Amino acid sequence: MSRVSVPCHVKGTVALQVGDVRTSHGRPGVLVIDVTFPSVAPFELQEITFKNYYTAFLSIRVRQHTSMHTPAKWVTCLRDYCLMPDPHSEEGAQEYVSLFKHQMLCDMARVLELRLILRQPSPLWLSFTVEELQVYQQGPKSPSMTFPKWLSHPGPCEQPVPLLEGLPDPSRVSSEVQQMWALTEMIRASHTSARIGRFDVDGCYDLNLLSYT
Amino acid sequence: MLQEESDISLIIAQIVQKLKGSNLYAQLERQAWASLQRPEIKLESLKEDIKEFFKISGWEKKLQNAVYSELSVFPLPSHPAAPPEHLKEPLVYMRKAQGSWEKRILKSLNSMCTELSIPLARKRPVGEQKELLNKWNEMGTDEPDLSLFRPVYAPKDFLEVLINLRNPNYENGDSLSFRTHLGLIQVPLKVKDIPELKECFVELGLNTGQLGIDDSTQVPPELFENEHVRIGQKVLAEQDSAAAQQYIRQGSPTALRAELWALILNISSQPEDILYYEQLKTNVIQHDLLVDSLIYKDVKLTASNDDYYFVFEDYLYQVLLCFSRDTSVLNHFAYNSASPPKSYIRGKLGLEEYAVFYPPNGVIPFHGFSMYVAPLCFLYHEPSKLYQIFREMYVRFFFRLHSISSHPSGIVSLCLLFETLLQTYLPQLFYHLREIGAQPLRISFKWMVRAFSGYLATDQLLLLWDRILGYNSLEILAVLAAAVFAFRAVNLMEVTSLAAAEAVLADLSTLKVMPLLQIFLFATVT
Repeated sequence: MSRVSVPCHVKGTVALQVGDVRTSHGRPGVLVIDVTFPSVAPFELQEITFKNYYTAFLSIRVRQHTSMHTPAKWVTCLRDYCLMPDPHSEEGAQEYVSLFKHQMLCDMARVLELRLILRQPSPLWLSFTVEELQVYQQGPKSPSMTFPKWLSHPGPCEQPVPLLEGLPDPSRVSSEVQQMWALTEMIRASHTSARIGRFDVDGCYDLNLLSYT
Repeated sequence: MLQEESDISLIIAQIVQKLKGSNLYAQLERQAWASLQRPEIKLESLKEDIKEFFKISGWEKKLQNAVYSELSVFPLPSHPAAPPEHLKEPLVYMRKAQGSWEKRILKSLNSMCTELSIPLARKRPVGEQKELLNKWNEMGTDEPDLSLFRPVYAPKDFLEVLINLRNPNYENGDSLSFRTHLGLIQVPLKVKDIPELKECFVELGLNTGQLGIDDSTQVPPELFENEHVRIGQKVLAEQDSAAAQQYIRQGSPTALRAELWALILNISSQPEDILYYEQLKTNVIQHDLLVDSLIYKDVKLTASNDDYYFVFEDYLYQVLLCFSRDTSVLNHFAYNSASPPKSYIRGKLGLEEYAVFYPPNGVIPFHGFSMYVAPLCFLYHEPSKLYQIFREMYVRFFFRLHSISSHPSGIVSLCLLFETLLQTYLPQLFYHLREIGAQPLRISFKWMVRAFSGYLATDQLLLLWDRILGYNSLEILAVLAAAVFAFRAVNLMEVTSLAAAEAVLADLSTLKVMPLLQIFLFATVT
């Protein structure tokens, strides 16, 4: 299924913390990132991809466009999605993640805004966030073609031509030929990525020093 | 559902792409062509009939083994947005650490090059080529002057790098807190604890027969050994890689080991493979590399001095020199956090068309490298087969023991697993050793880096390597290291210095590996 990237504006992260940020010693364990789509009409969300950076759990809330004059409400579409199975260890800490429409709890038909709520309960990490956030909507469907009338509405069945003596059945021959053609197409399309095995350049392997770049 | 389906089709596409370049593909194609003569192959059901033919003639099994081999070796395809470096190593700070470590190695090699005024590579004059060809089977008798050469690095240098490994996003306070690790490794990788290890190594349990325990002289062979050998022969007759891997978890009978390992690693000696080895031999004869002298020095310092392995000295040269010329090893850098060193042809610095890898296989040997090959010489006597087995073992397992990565079988995880096991289950011993300045990892590191080769008796080592193949993981090395400490705990509690602790653990040649592992995992009261 093709997808099209939607240009989004990722606002700065806001830390949620109890008490005064300056005086309390602990680091915030909850961050909120707002994602808006300034120049795009409400769209159907297909996929969200990002690179994790030490976030343990992710929740997403979405504000959708409603048809009537009711104000748009925030709805949770992903609740406590686990990115790091053990928040204290490195597993999953820097992985690339994709979230799809079918994993969401609600319909993502007319998205106006997204709110990502990141949680990292472990005090071991200095900071956490998600990076390289991309949002995708469904790509255009394959263009519809208009078929000529005789193709889409075949004429009434004609009387089949009587089989000539000694010749094979034409429909069987055509199916066999089709199969052979498909096999040859497959073989033609295949290519290998195997290495050849030469380590020198034209027989010469006189080297300078090793290069550091 | 959609995601799983697309994942599987991606994996299938990747495996098909890899297998297309292999010998097996050409052979299957040839077999398919030849089978067209057979009467049971009909044109209208060509695909199904050929598939049926492959199933009956055993070719499907070979294909199954090849696919299983690919699945075991290559990591699953990652996220489409992930760059290739991410597949090598997902954590950025580890990639950086590996990069700086590699730079140090390159600097060391370059300085050796300039100091000794020896080129990195040179073409041998014809006379020298002839001489080497004549001496090929007895290179051990050669006594070149290697006094000026020194190994590029030793395991203890690598340990210092690992000790200094830090995650910049991790709370590395100077003061001791609940965050500091009490061992030497300070990175918070996920390691298994004993309940998880028990689940993982369930076939080593007390209720399952093991070779290394249940084949000792006191145990009558009818109880376990005879049946196990019979099953082994059946597995070999079926030629099924996956079954062999499952079977070998309980150990391999000595007579069947060579074939079983070849089956699990999916090595079959075809004429093409022997030809490939001969081609590598030709490359060795034509070009002389600086790395060759490092290999010579390493063999002379380690394997030649070992009571068990000195007889194989000539084999070691034949394998390791060819290994350095083998460009197919470069493929494993796709999933290895390390990268092969680059160089340029003399006079063409900076021109990409003249960029080459040095050595051709991208692997710079360190002190003790030849010990990875030595135990295999007991199993394989034909140089090209010995070579293939070693190469496959290296690109599956051994490379992880000397590169910095977060993989569960990587050396960093093994070190952390060892320290965590010791700290959790032998806290008194761990504390005592730490207090006297004898951090346990300083002693056990060299065992793990060499996969215990040269430290255990050979039959015990081969039983251990059976399990490495069977579980497709190196974690058993860390468990064994902890089990050895547990075994000698009483003596270790009485020592008062690092040197004395080293002395207690200097000789492991009398140890029996499987009872130690079994007791540590399944019979220790926690």
